[in-house]
Amino acid sequence: MSEGTLYDKVWDRHKVTTLPTGQDQLFVGLHLIHEVTSPQAFGMLRERDLEVAYPELTHATVDHIIPTADQSRPYEEDAAEEMMSELERNVREAGIEFSDPNSGDQGIVHVVGPEQGLTQPGKTIVCGDSHTSTHGAFGALAFGIGTSQIRDVLATGTIAMEKQKVRKIQVDGELGEGVEAKDVILEIIRRLGTEGGVGYVYEYAGSAIEDLGMEGRMSICNMSIEGGARAGYVNPDETTYEWLEDTDYFQDNPEKFEELKPYWESIRSDEDAEYDDVVHIDADELEPVVTWGTTPGQGIGISDPIPEPEELPADKQDTARRAQEHMRVEPGETMAGYDIDVAFLGSCTNARLPDLRRAARIVEGREVHDDVRALVVPGSQRVQKTAEEEGLKDVFEAAGFEWRNAGCSMCLGMNEDQLEGDEASASSSNRNFVGRQGSKDGRTVLMNPQMVAAAAITGEVTDVRELPEAEVTA
Amino acid sequence: MGDTDEVEIPEVDSVSGSGIPIRGNDIDTDQIIPARFMKVVTFDGLGEFAFFDLRFDEDDEQKDHPFNEERFQDSSVMVVNSNFGCGSSREHAPQALMRWGIDAIIGESFAEIFAGNCLALGIPTVTADAETIEALQDWVDENPEGELEIDVEAETVTYGSKTIDVTVDDAQRKALVDGVWDTTALMKSNAGAVRETARELPYVESGAIPEAE
Repeated sequence: MSEGTLYDKVWDRHKVTTLPTGQDQLFVGLHLIHEVTSPQAFGMLRERDLEVAYPELTHATVDHIIPTADQSRPYEEDAAEEMMSELERNVREAGIEFSDPNSGDQGIVHVVGPEQGLTQPGKTIVCGDSHTSTHGAFGALAFGIGTSQIRDVLATGTIAMEKQKVRKIQVDGELGEGVEAKDVILEIIRRLGTEGGVGYVYEYAGSAIEDLGMEGRMSICNMSIEGGARAGYVNPDETTYEWLEDTDYFQDNPEKFEELKPYWESIRSDEDAEYDDVVHIDADELEPVVTWGTTPGQGIGISDPIPEPEELPADKQDTARRAQEHMRVEPGETMAGYDIDVAFLGSCTNARLPDLRRAARIVEGREVHDDVRALVVPGSQRVQKTAEEEGLKDVFEAAGFEWRNAGCSMCLGMNEDQLEGDEASASSSNRNFVGRQGSKDGRTVLMNPQMVAAAAITGEVTDVRELPEAEVTA
Repeated sequence: MGDTDEVEIPEVDSVSGSGIPIRGNDIDTDQIIPARFMKVVTFDGLGEFAFFDLRFDEDDEQKDHPFNEERFQDSSVMVVNSNFGCGSSREHAPQALMRWGIDAIIGESFAEIFAGNCLALGIPTVTADAETIEALQDWVDENPEGELEIDVEAETVTYGSKTIDVTVDDAQRKALVDGVWDTTALMKSNAGAVRETARELPYVESGAIPEAE
């Protein structure tokens, strides 16, 4: 078993007791909730006559069902309105802070927490959403939970869990032009498999990780779950502290920053920490990665050929054959040139400011291809506001993108933003599952935001590094 | 706050019933319950939407899928392959399966959040190697009315004249067999120790910690 890692230390500090099942009961430092997975949990509390134990450590936002075009109330869709109303009732009754659309703070739950400084190193963070792993970028221990577990956390401020193994993923070297954090994590999942992380927590380390800003670290930790790992984290460092210092919480409580820093330093993995497994990735070798199939593990470098199913491990062959049939791709070919109908820039993986800035640099002075419907959905109202002030909205709109309000949107098609029929999308989101973007015949190609921008312009999957006159000065 | 209403938690020593094979690796929770059926504030009625897009075409005509087959309509033990339940953490997935009639799942491997969600509903997720699972799926296909018995405590599955060894995660086995898989009341009984833990954490403000009851 691991020893001296951030995971071990944060676990120990939050352990209340060992339960009769052998699981540990862990204290939860931050519970984030949203409208889709929490209403049933509040219903269970009412049935059992229980109250929310730690409302001040709970924070709500609305993201999955919120329309990104017309947000006037009541929402056009009755079901969406009902879910929003239920959330409003629950947070009001329990006294839970709510980043609602009128606050200017609403957004995707995994964008909102870090923005406001709620996400901090050494916290345990849970949310009824598998991409909660995102918050690990700050050195928090963060994981997704189901609704019955949300009930547990609401009622007790704790969760029952078994301790897992720790795999260190050492990414050394430097990322080349056009290659981003997204490509690193897609490559990790391609190599280790979609189930490779089951039973593990991933610690991301190495010079390529340290060189990333917080947004890039979040993109990587975000998709840990796509590799089967329920949590992933990066040890906190100066980059982390710089981010935290600018957030609401530490702006409002500057004394807290110095007070908590020793704790943050103390939970970093020791130099001589022991890991259950170590994997090395060379960042210099990476190129932009795109998916050819229907799991996030089915990725390839943009200039690599789509694999023959027969060349894959036996247990991957059937899935690959079905995926290639669904996607209508041929082994031996590259993904470059694959026609797309929709370009989606958004999601908790890649809808933060630097993501939009990099994409805007590609888009500037160009036009969206005639056959492409392109939309930008900022990760939060704050991202949206800053992007508008910086002129990014104008750049995208001038090129023919739609500029929307914040939400999960077409990542999972729970609002009006969905693929239609067999449309193919170039998407900066995290899942290319069949039906994920709202149409069961829809086809999703995952890629980094610059690559989405390039695909929007050309109407096909394109190596952004080869886009003519790609060097537009912003 | 008053005392917790005691919720009766049944012990799950064993599960028996006829089987239903769901073949394929990496079956994600979007397949098990597409997101559009989650626009609800309760789990009631989700059963009919289990595997919906795999069961029905765009004209709502039935496609080939075990959940549509007459011979499997009374089945309660699902037999799946590897990484079942990957993707979204939605508890709507096991809720839909449970409401369709599934009481236990045998598979090569399960995604963690999915297995945790199943446990919270008292549904065992037991594992065996790929070869064993395929043999079991074939047997279930040929014997749709055949009884399977999962002995959770002994970690065996009995079908036909055979008894095979399977694996049940230690904590899951104890939780099911001792009837402590619904952990709310159990964990609430430790409220004092929880407050103690919270007080020792430098980032938790004292005002956020409730007074003792």
